[in-house]
Amino acid sequence: MSDEQIVKKFMYVNRKSPYGTIYALESLEVVLISAAFDQDVSLTFTDDGVYQLMKNQQTDGIGMKNFSSTYSALGDYEIKKIFIDKESLDERGLSLSDLQELVWEDEDEDYAEKSSINLVSRAELSEIMNQQDVVLSF
Amino acid sequence: MNMLHTINKSPFENSTASSCLKLCTKDSSILFIEDGVISVMKSTKFSETIENALKEFKMYVLKPDLEARGLPLNNVIEGVEIVGYEEFVDLTTEHKTVQSWL
Repeated sequence: MSDEQIVKKFMYVNRKSPYGTIYALESLEVVLISAAFDQDVSLTFTDDGVYQLMKNQQTDGIGMKNFSSTYSALGDYEIKKIFIDKESLDERGLSLSDLQELVWEDEDEDYAEKSSINLVSRAELSEIMNQQDVVLSF
Repeated sequence: MNMLHTINKSPFENSTASSCLKLCTKDSSILFIEDGVISVMKSTKFSETIENALKEFKMYVLKPDLEARGLPLNNVIEGVEIVGYEEFVDLTTEHKTVQSWL
């Protein structure tokens, strides 16, 4: 019994634009670290957090590290539940096509690539958030 | 020229941009930098505020901050001038004072 792994549902809620503050990068680092603990992890991008996944980020001009490509590694860490708030995209004149694609490989189906991204309404997001054991906000 | 205002916060995060637009005088210029660049993108729920304010103020946005965030230059509201760091320096010297909103 003592060896039995306790798996909790962790959700990381990302609500800030990248680069203006350190929150986005810190969240990503915590997520990747936590992946080592074999928990049931999901990521939510809402409010300005949706900007974290914008395509074509080029940070040479501001002299900061471009960490946007790191999101594509989430699938390799078995993080395959990414929730994106549709209303947040709408308010910002954005759609899924403005964001990078995130996939995971299903080893049961000959490593077929499957999308990790779930476009959800605020009502759906509210319900999913309510089911979590731990919610960490960035 | 009168005052240059710089805005570095997203209009969706707090009221900095809105407050600046309410308080700055008509001969002011406004430069959007860092997360403030989100303010001048087309088709957002804040776009109309900027479009209306463009009738009264000259507005600028810093290109490297748009590029860093993957915000397409052609999605910047028409009438807002896209500038680089060199023009940022020129703007600060051309204006009497600079108010850096936080």
